Amino acid sequence: MERETSIGKKADEFLQMFRKGEEFTQELLKENERLRFKLAQLEDAVERSGDEAKVRLYEERIKVTEDELNSLKERFRQVEEENKDFAAKYVEVEDENNNLANLYVASYQLHSTLDFNEVLRIVLEIVINLIGAEKFAVLLMEEKTNELIPVGAEGLAISDVPKVRFGEGIIGTAAREGESYFSENIHNNKGSNSMENPIVCIPLKIKEHVIGVIAIYSLLIQKKKFSNVDYELFNLLAGHAATAIFSSRLYTQSERKLTTIQSFLDMLKEKPRR
Amino acid sequence: MPNILVVEDSPTMRQLISFAMKRIAGSKVIEATDGVDALKKLSSEKIDLILCDINMPVMDGLKLVSLVRGSPGYKDIPIIMITAEGAEEDRKRALAIGANAYLPKPIQTQELIKLVNGYISK
Repeated sequence: MERETSIGKKADEFLQMFRKGEEFTQELLKENERLRFKLAQLEDAVERSGDEAKVRLYEERIKVTEDELNSLKERFRQVEEENKDFAAKYVEVEDENNNLANLYVASYQLHSTLDFNEVLRIVLEIVINLIGAEKFAVLLMEEKTNELIPVGAEGLAISDVPKVRFGEGIIGTAAREGESYFSENIHNNKGSNSMENPIVCIPLKIKEHVIGVIAIYSLLIQKKKFSNVDYELFNLLAGHAATAIFSSRLYTQSERKLTTIQSFLDMLKEKPRR
Repeated sequence: MPNILVVEDSPTMRQLISFAMKRIAGSKVIEATDGVDALKKLSSEKIDLILCDINMPVMDGLKLVSLVRGSPGYKDIPIIMITAEGAEEDRKRALAIGANAYLPKPIQTQELIKLVNGYISK
């Protein structure tokens, strides 16, 4: 009986131990499951944080690239502006070159001869071809009579151009003042039918001494207005044409005098022989 | 290397046009004072383009153009007329005879160079 009680007690103790073991196992299983869940969460977090870092990296790269693109765009815009400036300057330099070529040719031609008629022809050519005048006349100062006498004309008969008294009318005043005259009618290309009222009057001057005048009455139909180079040409004509005309006149006169003196000397030499 | 024949009786204009043409890279300028002189130059030189005035002594520009267009050897040479006659009927007349282009005086050098370059590059 006592032995049976002892076996029952041991069985209870074993049962209790077994139950505790079961409970412990249950707890271990729960803990394991909890840890597995935690691990899965951590793994997921690690994975997610890796993607975010990559996204941040890519975003930074995009930002740098965008900044570079904007900087390149700005540089491109600046280069384009510079190009435009260069193109404008190139056109300006080309225009200036062409103008200088015109002035050089005009000056070269004016001083290429000492023949008065040829100089006069060159002046007429310059006024037609480089300035674009249709009707005009060249008048030279006659000191003895104090008059401006027509010596050459284009687009009109020289006989139609009247002599002008120094200081009288537009032509005479331009000669006296030594200042160029430009009519208000230039830019509507109407021209002038009156020989006393040219649309442009350019005094031919050697320093301040006026030796003549170029009077323009109308421009070629296609010539709508004067450009900067035209005014430069007027200045050039005022000085260079005057010098060329004056020199050629002096040369022609001296040639004539030389021929006369030579003939006179020849006559003197011939006399003793008789 | 294009050979450009400048036909112009005025020495001033001849020099000015030649001056402008020499600025075209590799070009050679041959000058003639009138139509007859131009025909002589055409027979002795290979010409790629003619720049021609209308009003000239001996033989004028219009006569020269019609002769050039009637000659099998030269009929395809581009001809640009440069003249003081700026009226529309003058332009039409020159183009009808066979000129390729018509430029009224006073010439704008840049415009002339551009025009010539256009024909030479063809």
